[in-house]
Amino acid sequence: MSNELLKIKNLKTSFRIGDEYYAAVDDVTLTLNKNEVLGIVGESGSGKSALAFSIMRLHTRAKIEGEISLNNQNIVQMSKSKLNKIRGDEMAMIFQDPLTALNPLMPIGRQIEETLFLHNKKLGQQGRKERAIELLNLVGILRAERVYEQFPHELSGGMRQRVIIAIAIANDPELLIADEPTTALDVTIQAQILDLIRELKEKIHAGIILITHDLGVVAEMADRVAVMYAGQVVEIAPVDRLFENPLHPYTKSLLNSVPTEGQDRLHVIQGVVPTLKNLPRTGCRFAERIPWVDASHHEDNPTLHEVESGHFVRCTCYEHFYFPDNKEELENGIS
Amino acid sequence: MAFLEVKDLQVYFPVKGGIFNRTVDHIKAVDGVSFEMEQGKTYGLVGESGSGKSTTGRAIIGLEEITSGQVLFDGKDITDKKTKNKAFRKDVQMIFQDPYSSLNPRKRVLDIVAEPLRNFEKLSKFEERKRVQELLDIVNVSPDSIFKYPHEFSGGQRQRIGVARAIALKPKLIIADEPVSALDVSVQAQVLNFLQEIQKELNLTYLFISHDLGVVKHMCDNISIMYKGRYVEQGSTKDIFENPQHIYTKRLIAAIPDINPRNREKQFEFRKEVADEYRKSFNHYFDSNGLAFALQSISDTHKVALPEKG
Amino acid sequence: MWKFIVRRLLITFPQIVFLSVLVFVMAQFMPGDALTGLIDPNVSPEALEIQRERLGLNNPWYVQYGDWVGGLVQGDLGQSFRFKMDVTALISERVMNTILLSAVSLFFTYIIAIPLGIVSGRYNDSPLDSFITGYSYLGFATPIFIFALVMLWVFGFILGWFPTSGSVAPGLDAGTVEYYISKLYHSLLPGLSIALISVVSTIQYLRSEIVDTKQRDFIVTARAKGASENRVYNKHIFRNSLLPIAAFFGWEITSLISGTVFVESVFSYPGMGLLFLESVTQRDFSVVTALVLLFGIASILGALLSDIILSIVDPRIRIK
Repeated sequence: MSNELLKIKNLKTSFRIGDEYYAAVDDVTLTLNKNEVLGIVGESGSGKSALAFSIMRLHTRAKIEGEISLNNQNIVQMSKSKLNKIRGDEMAMIFQDPLTALNPLMPIGRQIEETLFLHNKKLGQQGRKERAIELLNLVGILRAERVYEQFPHELSGGMRQRVIIAIAIANDPELLIADEPTTALDVTIQAQILDLIRELKEKIHAGIILITHDLGVVAEMADRVAVMYAGQVVEIAPVDRLFENPLHPYTKSLLNSVPTEGQDRLHVIQGVVPTLKNLPRTGCRFAERIPWVDASHHEDNPTLHEVESGHFVRCTCYEHFYFPDNKEELENGIS
Repeated sequence: MAFLEVKDLQVYFPVKGGIFNRTVDHIKAVDGVSFEMEQGKTYGLVGESGSGKSTTGRAIIGLEEITSGQVLFDGKDITDKKTKNKAFRKDVQMIFQDPYSSLNPRKRVLDIVAEPLRNFEKLSKFEERKRVQELLDIVNVSPDSIFKYPHEFSGGQRQRIGVARAIALKPKLIIADEPVSALDVSVQAQVLNFLQEIQKELNLTYLFISHDLGVVKHMCDNISIMYKGRYVEQGSTKDIFENPQHIYTKRLIAAIPDINPRNREKQFEFRKEVADEYRKSFNHYFDSNGLAFALQSISDTHKVALPEKG
Repeated sequence: MWKFIVRRLLITFPQIVFLSVLVFVMAQFMPGDALTGLIDPNVSPEALEIQRERLGLNNPWYVQYGDWVGGLVQGDLGQSFRFKMDVTALISERVMNTILLSAVSLFFTYIIAIPLGIVSGRYNDSPLDSFITGYSYLGFATPIFIFALVMLWVFGFILGWFPTSGSVAPGLDAGTVEYYISKLYHSLLPGLSIALISVVSTIQYLRSEIVDTKQRDFIVTARAKGASENRVYNKHIFRNSLLPIAAFFGWEITSLISGTVFVESVFSYPGMGLLFLESVTQRDFSVVTALVLLFGIASILGALLSDIILSIVDPRIRIK
């Protein structure tokens, strides 16, 4: 129990469209332990980034309900000033696009020092500079003294992502949220950045939430995985179990749509990801995309069921799910 | 005779500098690339950003000016301005990366798909609409939606509308520049399946440009690896994945995340070994400018950029 | 950066040459010539022709242009027929007044525009922002000479807070402290009149820069570091938004020129603008030509200044 770092309970994050609020994250309950990597997988519109931004409370215009507690402090209710003490210190974030996440008019060194200055007043000017250079070395930047004085546009994408990581780990955060940290990078650079995150995890012992759409990245990095669809967690399991024994129809479909060895045709999920405004709010949210599964197999109010130790699945439809093996069957299912 | 043959293609971009903004240097985006293609097959062109893979594709279709070299299509040199014929522009089409920006947002689907038809074929309004509806039907977009605008479609649908435009003139060769990298996994699957289907139906040849080795492996018969404007390795998909010879190819393959979590440690170990080898043998595989050597055949299908045996 | 500045300077030179040709051609098209107003109408046409020949007025245009440019370079702008004195001397008297007026109005412009732009951008779509934006639209729509008249009438004549004409109180000796205070005092109301109208473009420019910068990714990074809202605004948003404003400075000078022309005449303020209008109405063409040339050069130098400032403050240009 004392191992628990982050607890999210019944989280609901809603955005205003017109006069109404629509929940992008709807009833998410999760925990993250110290020193653990939790992968969150989903496609665009699944609410995974909205979830990350909710934890950091970085949404400027969203309604957040429920509970997010980091070391037993509820972030949802927290005052702005308290929040600013925690952000960048106890929890930090790595962003998706290294080309835009740094201030173009500020030298690299100053951008790292800012977070040191905000959370460690004892460190003097000289101390901050030393620490900034130490951090640049730590994230594998050669010639750290020189980079310290450079501006973002003088660095490559991979280098900038390293700087962003240096900023995130500057104050040894306990919780590190990485929002698609390698999506904008080349594969070889991606491998290097993932290596770096893994190494740092050993050094700073942070709990990491890794948000990605790339199942391969999750398979390599995560201890546990949560799969999100339409604002909800549909399945959560230890990483081995999720890839060996995926249960939810969405997880299975997703795994089948990635090109792998010896596959002739990729699986295609019927229909499209519903937009925020058109999300089904009642019943199984994935039901409309597997119309061949009989309606009676879905729960009216799907909840997460523990099917094996630590392995949860939403709704009971997984028990009756199968891939229609030909088109005919598929069409029969629709009619 | 090869269906498409590229001979020693070079595309240089001038670098402006100095007080008078004169050309002081060149960026060799494509620096001596040669390859052949057979009809009905899919050729993968893989490389990281800045490798020149997109420039190669764009140069073949004429979107970039060629510095030197030849592109022979059905035996005819299409880089020669005099013989630059309409037939070629009809026979070779392109699919772009971003389905959100490659379709003009102010045009209706009808106008987008009909544009190449209007350039090359004289059709009556009625015939034109019928053709567009047929094309939309081929790409699985409802033919009723010809009066809709691009923003009313999802990413996958837009990419398929882009494909409908590309196949409107019944081309023989389609150059697909990162056609799925902006799409979600499940939508990507849809577009890839579909590209394979129409390939069979229309006997299309693809030049499939991508940074994603997993996708390329799934799609292609033949793969070329490009680095800094030059080919480092070329071979059948089996050659490249099972018997990679060039250290850069090995490095790219090692970088692909393994989808089986149980292989994790093994994969890390492997990646580390390859990284070490890459560091140690860089000077062996690249010349003093850090560029690849010329390709040498090591089997009927397999070519690798290795230093001349001296 | 140096390369950029040198290149920019090299472009400026032909611009100024082109301007001088333009002004010269314009002067040639004006009715009459330097002698028309100077000479007693009773002089015989033959004598006039001799004079013309002597002054080089019958030479081909390029020789005349060469003579004119040669004069310019030596500071000889010709003769004013109205004041019967060298244009150079006439203008140099007025130039200082206009520079003072411009400096005062620039000062007011920035002291008003920056806070209003910042408030408007930070709290965009708030009632306060709507109020400021409303004022901006009003400012865009108001002709400056009418506004200046109203200012003069209210603050000069009705309330009597400010002098209503001239650039200095009569009877003061140049060089004394009172003299300078009086000069400044005379420039306040016209300067403020220009400023209150010209602020609107700067306010709107700054506002949209701020609204734009606010939504950039690096602002999220700053918030994630734990920076307070005030810090995010002061250290990241304002700094980055003020940069284009700093670059705008040079253009501001250009727009000031048109402002001074009208406002100086409303306030009977003896600067270049007033001189310009008077010279136009009196057909004192040598003065008009000289002033157009000066205004033109000021505009070109303003643009140059903008680019140089930008190259100094923006690291993306500075480091190249």
